[in-house]
Amino acid sequence: MIRKASHPPKLHAHKRAVIIYSRYERFWHWSQALLIFILAFSGFAVHGSHHLMNFRMAVNVHTVAAILLILLWVFTTFWHFTTGQWRQYLPQLAKLPAIIKFYALGILRGAPHPYAKTLGRKQNALQSLAYLYFMVLIGPALWSSGIVYLAYPLWADWAIGTIGLPSVAFIHTAAAFLMVIFVFIHVYMTTTGKTLTHYIKTMITGYDTIEITPVEEAYLKEAEPRRLVNP
Amino acid sequence: MRTIRHWLAAIGFGFALAMAGSAFSVKADDTAYERPEGKPAAELPHVRLPVEGQGHGTLQGGTGDHSKMEALKGPFADTAAVTKACLSCHTEAGKHILKTTHWTWEFKNKNTGQTVGKQHVINNFCTNAKGNEGMCAQCHIGNGWQENTAYDFSRQDNIDCLICHDRTNSYYRLPQTHGHDACGVMFEGKQPIDFAKVAQNVGTPTRDNCGSCHYNGGGGDGVKHGDLDSSLNDPPKALDVHMAKDGGNFACTKCHVTDQHNIAGGHYQMVARDTTGTGKPGQTRNVATCESCHGMSPHEKTELIGIQLNTHATRVACQTCHIPEMARGGVATMIDWDWATAGKMKDGKGYFEEEYKQGDGKERHTYWTIKGDFKWGENVKPSYKWFNGDFLYTMPETQFDPAKAPIAINEVLGDPRDPKSRIWPFKEMHTNQPYDAGNNTLAFNHLWGKDDTAYWGNFNMEKSIAAGMMQAGRPYSGKLGYIRTVSNWPITHMVAPKQDAMKCVECHAADGRLAGLPGVYMPGRDHFRWLDILGFLGLGLTILGITVHGVLRYVMVPRPGEETGVKAAADKATADKRTEDTAKKEKKS
Repeated sequence: MIRKASHPPKLHAHKRAVIIYSRYERFWHWSQALLIFILAFSGFAVHGSHHLMNFRMAVNVHTVAAILLILLWVFTTFWHFTTGQWRQYLPQLAKLPAIIKFYALGILRGAPHPYAKTLGRKQNALQSLAYLYFMVLIGPALWSSGIVYLAYPLWADWAIGTIGLPSVAFIHTAAAFLMVIFVFIHVYMTTTGKTLTHYIKTMITGYDTIEITPVEEAYLKEAEPRRLVNP
Repeated sequence: MRTIRHWLAAIGFGFALAMAGSAFSVKADDTAYERPEGKPAAELPHVRLPVEGQGHGTLQGGTGDHSKMEALKGPFADTAAVTKACLSCHTEAGKHILKTTHWTWEFKNKNTGQTVGKQHVINNFCTNAKGNEGMCAQCHIGNGWQENTAYDFSRQDNIDCLICHDRTNSYYRLPQTHGHDACGVMFEGKQPIDFAKVAQNVGTPTRDNCGSCHYNGGGGDGVKHGDLDSSLNDPPKALDVHMAKDGGNFACTKCHVTDQHNIAGGHYQMVARDTTGTGKPGQTRNVATCESCHGMSPHEKTELIGIQLNTHATRVACQTCHIPEMARGGVATMIDWDWATAGKMKDGKGYFEEEYKQGDGKERHTYWTIKGDFKWGENVKPSYKWFNGDFLYTMPETQFDPAKAPIAINEVLGDPRDPKSRIWPFKEMHTNQPYDAGNNTLAFNHLWGKDDTAYWGNFNMEKSIAAGMMQAGRPYSGKLGYIRTVSNWPITHMVAPKQDAMKCVECHAADGRLAGLPGVYMPGRDHFRWLDILGFLGLGLTILGITVHGVLRYVMVPRPGEETGVKAAADKATADKRTEDTAKKEKKS
């Protein structure tokens, strides 16, 4: 079903409001957003970039939030593979130039988005590439270095006189900068929908109006009626 | 008022007369022996009465009552007679004592190869015991050590048992030789010692016993150590959790465990990192480390911060966080001494000034003719250094480069790459002291004695240094200079209650207490300069980029119900439908 739907919209496709972000996906997104905000805030406090939170508190908060985020990611990874949603992030490099051109130029001229959301491909090529980069590069760099950092008590003796700890700190800090940059761009991009808040509303309610084929509609009516606004 | 009184006193008596003794006396918290007319006669340092019930090491209770023992009936003529009586029962104690550092004043450090100890080193307080034994050896646990005479370290009958074991608070020691006449009144006002009474009341040493010497190192209460002064006789819990009555009420020997009179925990060689902890069940480890009681993971193991703090102990000494400041008990510690200003006279006689009033109200010397200028500190933040337990002393024969002053009296050895090293707190004592400017060595000073070279009485540094060097058997170029020196005193007492332990940010900050300490990455203190620059630059460019993009969108993109020429031109075909019903048209560029 999903694989089929990843093809371009069918001729008879028509627009209708459908839940494109499932309840779990939205829970994942928003709890992740909150945790990343907390982690960035407390993390840069630990780093000494600001002093809005005392060090001890920052360490505690950062550690707890990190453990929660790791748990969330473990579960979400599981979710991606069991639901097949991981395919959403397969690169579509051929479609990339059009998207980049759109955000660089077209959007300023009021051109329509060259990509139409479908059930099987909720993100455009640039977007899914960004998320892929988030999930396979920034995320793992952070959690792997973070876990090693957190487990410092286990290798503290070994670390004496080595560059172990500074190396871990370097990777963690570098990835944290990339994460913050990602978040800034991501939040800005949410304003590029039909209205400034359209994408955010979509991520809250799960509903968006997308091209849907009669086949897909029939399937949803039959199998997942709750995903249709007016079944 | 006080200075006027001193001054009047100075006029009233000639210098010679003053030195002859009527005008000077000992002052409990000072090095010494001189007191201007009008100053109250002082008491011995341990003026605060000993606190009862202090806990010792494994020695508790006791099975003999010394007051019932035949050998201690007395009367005794002197300390030596008491010692003889002690040794008649404690047959092995004398042999044990003869091996201890308290007796030998000598310590061989196998790691550095140096032979140190008060017999040998030069410090930066009164600089040297050698040549001044009559005065300085008051704190040696033997009798009869005099200047310019070989002391017989094999004679058990010279041991002074009482200075450590007196429990009546009435025993005291006298200088072993005469100084200038001033010494005649050193202990004026003190009651004669009732040796029989003292002997019949001996017991395990309590804090005041040890403190009678160790509080007064450097010449007065709190002068030397910073974490050892008379405030520890009866400290509030905020000052010392271990020694407070309502805390542990520990006697010194609770931690400084003793094996055959050999007391653990001397500073000549320390255990900078204890990896053994409490040892086997029931084992008494012969060390004075925190870990020997508190174990290897004293912080809450179920808390995140607790786990991190336990790990800190790999690299940070317990004392570093748990003794946030020293000299907190109302007694100041000396932090700076300038010998170069010693010898000034007022109307031909010596004088002192007391411009520093410490927490307990007592005034401390800020100038004294016999010693020079002093600076004091209370609630002092220690200095922090990597420490492996050893010091490298600048020995009397060590030549140094005066350009590299301050010269370390005892260099703290340690390395961040060495697992045995940890970050330790130290009191730094800074002194400007006489040295041999020809040979570039530290100098022995002959301060004490009833002769025409002793500085205390003659006030001629050229002569006293020449005499000191000769007494010590050191070559002297004859060229007297003054050099800045620094000595390092490990801080380990005055452990604060846990809620008063140092806050993380004291060190985890760019300008914190460990700023500049090499060899370790500390979040909050350290960052990778270029990474931070690149990171924030990248973030800045990102924000700039989205701002520009946003502004362009605001300016160029038609709002619903609007259409621009650009848009119409670019997307005529696809956009027509959407803009068909646009009521109003406005042009923007």
